[in-house]
Amino acid sequence: MLLFPVRSRQQWVNIALQAALVVVVCGLIYAAAVNASDNLAKAGIASGFRFWNNTAGFDISQTLIDYSSSTSTFGRAFWVGLLNTLLVASLGMVLATALGFTIGIARLSRNWLVSHLAGGYVELIRNVPLLLQILFWYNAVLKSLPDLRGSIVIAGGAFLNNRGLFLPQPLFGPNFRYVAGALVLGIVATPALRIWGRRRQERTGQPPRTLYYAFGLIVLLPLVVFLAAGAPLSFSFPEAARFNIRGGVEILPEFAALLVALTIYTAAFIAEVVRAGILAVAPGQTEAAQALGLRSGGTLRLVVVPQAMRVIVPPLTSQYLNLTKNSSLAVAIGYPDLVQVFAGSVLNITGQAVEVIAITMAVYLFLSLVTSLLMNLYGRRIAIAER
Amino acid sequence: MKRLATAFAIATVFALAAQAASAQTLKAVQDRAQLVCGANGVVGGFGAPDPQGNWTGFDVDYCRAIAAAIFNDPAKVKFVPLTAQNRFTALQSGEVDVLARNTTWTMSRDTTLGLDFAAVNFYDGQGFMVRKSLKVNSALELNDAAVCVQQGTTTELNLADYFRANNMSLKTVTFATADEAVKAYDSGRCDAYTTDSSQLYSERLRLSDPNAHIVLPEIISKEPLAPAVRQGDNAWEDLVRWTHMALVDAEELGVTQRNVDDMKKSNAPDVRRLLGVEGQFGQSLNLTNDWAYQIIKAVGNYGEIFERNVGQGSPLKIARGLNALWTKGGLQYGLPVR
Repeated sequence: MLLFPVRSRQQWVNIALQAALVVVVCGLIYAAAVNASDNLAKAGIASGFRFWNNTAGFDISQTLIDYSSSTSTFGRAFWVGLLNTLLVASLGMVLATALGFTIGIARLSRNWLVSHLAGGYVELIRNVPLLLQILFWYNAVLKSLPDLRGSIVIAGGAFLNNRGLFLPQPLFGPNFRYVAGALVLGIVATPALRIWGRRRQERTGQPPRTLYYAFGLIVLLPLVVFLAAGAPLSFSFPEAARFNIRGGVEILPEFAALLVALTIYTAAFIAEVVRAGILAVAPGQTEAAQALGLRSGGTLRLVVVPQAMRVIVPPLTSQYLNLTKNSSLAVAIGYPDLVQVFAGSVLNITGQAVEVIAITMAVYLFLSLVTSLLMNLYGRRIAIAER
Repeated sequence: MKRLATAFAIATVFALAAQAASAQTLKAVQDRAQLVCGANGVVGGFGAPDPQGNWTGFDVDYCRAIAAAIFNDPAKVKFVPLTAQNRFTALQSGEVDVLARNTTWTMSRDTTLGLDFAAVNFYDGQGFMVRKSLKVNSALELNDAAVCVQQGTTTELNLADYFRANNMSLKTVTFATADEAVKAYDSGRCDAYTTDSSQLYSERLRLSDPNAHIVLPEIISKEPLAPAVRQGDNAWEDLVRWTHMALVDAEELGVTQRNVDDMKKSNAPDVRRLLGVEGQFGQSLNLTNDWAYQIIKAVGNYGEIFERNVGQGSPLKIARGLNALWTKGGLQYGLPVR
């Protein structure tokens, strides 16, 4: 019994050639790196990654983790920027998908007004550069909101002005972890519930009304635990001070403008991808579904879209990657994302352009690879199983 | 060599290019018959094109002085507008020969960027500008204020330091260019705008209502502005440095653009040495011996450049202050040409 597959002489030659090519490419990369390092040293430019642990010294306007200009390092600033990018990218993906699916399906509607409005939206948004749209939303947002002195007060203790939206900040009491635990339990139990409901449908034919049970698990259970634990939740309300609003959670207008622009722009492209996917499903499927008595909502949800997803997923992945990379345009409006904080402030202060840009590119590459990996896994799961 | 292994192949452009010839800048400029100067492009009074497209400004005149020294013609300069983000990279990579872009001379820039600063041509400091309607008279009252600032400048760092040292809390809004920062300040996004105080006066003129804003009295940092050149080219650095010295020496000796021809006939030995009537000082810089005469004929002396661009002869009306001659209580001290 042979332990490895027998290879012909030709196959060994091929393997040897490919190995030699890999060695040559790696050698070139290494030589380029050594050359760059030498040239930088000769020009007197500092190189290496020692700057990572130096004190940053500058302030960042939105930090999701603790950050102080006096004690935090450049490395910390990197993480702050990265988290801001991830925040805008993940929220953008969710919102753009929801909006894109809606517009895409609307474009296929038989209602003349709805389909043409959706078509107009797509044509307009797709053809205006994203940077202009971001600047439009930023300037429109800024100009239309009142300044600090004339803040709009929203019921519940929130302020809206051109510095941002100030919401009451929730302060969690010590027993809140039980509530959080109940919430996590509810979220985890819901897919299990759905699988149970589907199995029951296959056995008995009863439709799985899991929506009500899911509602109970995710909303009512934590609520009951919350009340039982003595309502461990209070709020810190924003107050108007001389220059600014103190307290509360602040949502920057830069963040809002960037998120809105990215969502609207990417949704236009996702709408076309969804439309293509739906059109790719054979019309016989729709006719068969209607013959079974399903109305248009059910047809779409149960028959057409699940089949369309196979066609939608690869271009949808591209749109997600575009959205992540487009978030780097935040530098135009001052939102402190990775490029603005790291490849902007840190690069300028340390002067080490080569290292900083290399790290930034590697981070975006990593984010894109992770996104496409997850989407490909999902795509493989829903692919048609050949018999 | 672990850190080398982690440097990515993105540095290929830098890597595979031939070594930058270091000591050849003067020769390259002469071969090209043009000086390429890194300038601001936005800040009036220092380096910006006027409505007709001609570049004017304090730093612009310095570049013209260097061109006059090399070519006897102050017009042989090309100005490349640079942002705070790409100004150092442009100089490091050889895209510009000299960076005269109101850049602060700091230790980290001097030691880690592969650059040298020739001479301080403008002693400046960082200040704040606020709206008069806020009724603020001092920067110490700006607790909790939102401040617009340009990214990647010493301004950003000094701002954080100052607020921390005075136990005030701060909200910064950073922008990539001074333009965007000023626009955001004008629209009310932030309460104050901070940058070098000479630029504050210049930017105030560009606001929608200049009289509604005041510059607060505090100067919170030292900002010695100096033209920068690449490290390793000592001859070129000497040339840029002694251009500045010639300008200051000319003002000390009373040589102006108008009387420089008459001054050539002077009997005072330091005037004769400066204007090249005696000595071989121009040749030691690989220039003609009348290098300083050409400079002053083209742009005037230091005081004339100052007054014309940022002083009483300009809309900015900045006082000489620290930039007066040492004999008048300022810091500008011309090294002797001998």
